[in-house]
Amino acid sequence: MTNAVSTATRPGRPAISGALRRLPEYLTIWVPLLLSAAHLVSFSLWTIWISFTPSTLVPVSGWVGLRNYTAVLATRNWKIAFDNLLLFGSAFVLLSVVTGLVLAILLDQRIRGENVLRSIFLYPLAVSFVVTGTVWSWLLNPGVGIQKLVHDLGWTSFKFDWLIDRDMAIWTIVIAAIWQSSGFAMALFLAGLRSVDADLVKAAQIDGAGPFRMYRRVILPTLWPITVTVVVIQLQFAISTFDLVRALTNGGPGIATQLPALVVYDLMFQRSLLGRGAAAAVLMLLILLAVLLPYAAWRYIQQRRATHA
Amino acid sequence: MRDQTFAPTRILIYLVVSLIAAAWLAPLVVVVLNSLRTNEEIAQASMIGWPKHWAWSNYAAAWSGFCVAETCAGIRPYMLNSALVTIPATIFSTMLGAIAGYAVSLWRFRGDSWIYGIVTLGLFLPQQMRLLPWTIVLRDIGLINTLTGLVLIHTIQGLSFTTLFCRNYYVAIPHELIRAARIDGAGFFRIFWRIILPLSAPILIVTVIWQFTHIWNEFLYGVTFTSGQQQPVTAALIALSAAVADIPQHGVQSAAVIIAALPTLLIYLLGGRYFVRGLTAGAVK
Repeated sequence: MTNAVSTATRPGRPAISGALRRLPEYLTIWVPLLLSAAHLVSFSLWTIWISFTPSTLVPVSGWVGLRNYTAVLATRNWKIAFDNLLLFGSAFVLLSVVTGLVLAILLDQRIRGENVLRSIFLYPLAVSFVVTGTVWSWLLNPGVGIQKLVHDLGWTSFKFDWLIDRDMAIWTIVIAAIWQSSGFAMALFLAGLRSVDADLVKAAQIDGAGPFRMYRRVILPTLWPITVTVVVIQLQFAISTFDLVRALTNGGPGIATQLPALVVYDLMFQRSLLGRGAAAAVLMLLILLAVLLPYAAWRYIQQRRATHA
Repeated sequence: MRDQTFAPTRILIYLVVSLIAAAWLAPLVVVVLNSLRTNEEIAQASMIGWPKHWAWSNYAAAWSGFCVAETCAGIRPYMLNSALVTIPATIFSTMLGAIAGYAVSLWRFRGDSWIYGIVTLGLFLPQQMRLLPWTIVLRDIGLINTLTGLVLIHTIQGLSFTTLFCRNYYVAIPHELIRAARIDGAGFFRIFWRIILPLSAPILIVTVIWQFTHIWNEFLYGVTFTSGQQQPVTAALIALSAAVADIPQHGVQSAAVIIAALPTLLIYLLGGRYFVRGLTAGAVK
């Protein structure tokens, strides 16, 4: 590590004027970075602190221990949100990874119009979740959407009303989320497929491996680090999902599609229970850490192996 | 022999890919068509259909006509709000991120890896952990329910991404280049202007597209920290849906949705390559 200050101060000049001369430089480096780092650390600690106070309408000091946490965990709202997160998270991650992988393999077959197709699968990522959620709420609304269309076409017993079905409504969010972000998985997998060692493929071809065997035995095994990354990023997205649900179901019917991020918002800004809202936010962070910490450990081990090898 | 088995598989591949692509395009096509059908036509049939009369007036109504709460100014003021938040916040966060990325990658100073590590934690920290503190801070500095407040938030929070993008790009620049310039007496800023910035076009495009798309599409902060006439367009769309929930105006609403999505869609169409690069660069941290 070189020290910028000592190398740049010319001999003979008093150090203080050198430091003054370099003040604009220090300010532009440090102020934004310090602001960013300081807000991340202090805001996190602040929210954690509020979660241990009896704050309701405004933050107040005081200490209630884990009471906010036990209160949040005991509500039906949180229980439903957590169950939904487990279902939505696993279904969405699994299906979007499979969809993304299938799309990537299909696009990797040297087909014509690959660029156009790739753009089609990726465009939902450029659009806000509010927009896509709104559009899917129309398509899935039995009164005006797909069900109505099929009825008008003559098949009147056709039923597709998940949006208003308490048990199935969470799957409408799965559908919209897959549509929105499978392209992301595809992009990462495609990059991975393109970087598979050509010699490896050639050697397998010489051994007489057909396309299926080739993918199963040779190509897919090289993709698993990318798969882990995709899974973690999609999980991170699932845990913080908010806009999509707000626009698509707004947590309903009833509270059937409640998710943790909606519970946080509801507690903080609709019920003005700041302490409990903060506790719910910290719970969200803990869920996230349960995903990210193993991933960070795995990355660390991978890197150590790579440097030792 | 090979060709006989080859052709059917190829056809199958094209068939499957086209079907999926059609499914992916369907929602967009449906909304575009709906934006050109009258509200009555949609109410009689369904959301999915071909316009009988091209109702271009939906766009005029969406842009400057329909009412949310008591104000009837269409989506225009909210589009303007979004632009007034997104453009400055994109510029500020990109500029500051470029300088910060340059400083941590090529200058190295005491504690740089620590502070860089903390800044990149911002990629993971849920927004919900910062909602209450931002509310209090914005209230205390008098920026609650202002566009300036949103610019401030997006600039500071955007730094996590922009610094990461630029830093990862600048570490590939040979240190000899910087060392030689320093021996010639060039300082921090001069090296940035003369050497680094001219090399930075690709990463700056990636960063600008990424920031613009994210800030334009952001909803949670918009809906939390602003209300009424100060809301960005994403929050206004939700307010519009709620306002017309009893008597939906699907034609006008579709037009409003298209207008709101247009800026980021256009940027995606024009700079798709850079958009994807940002997407994957953010992923491979």
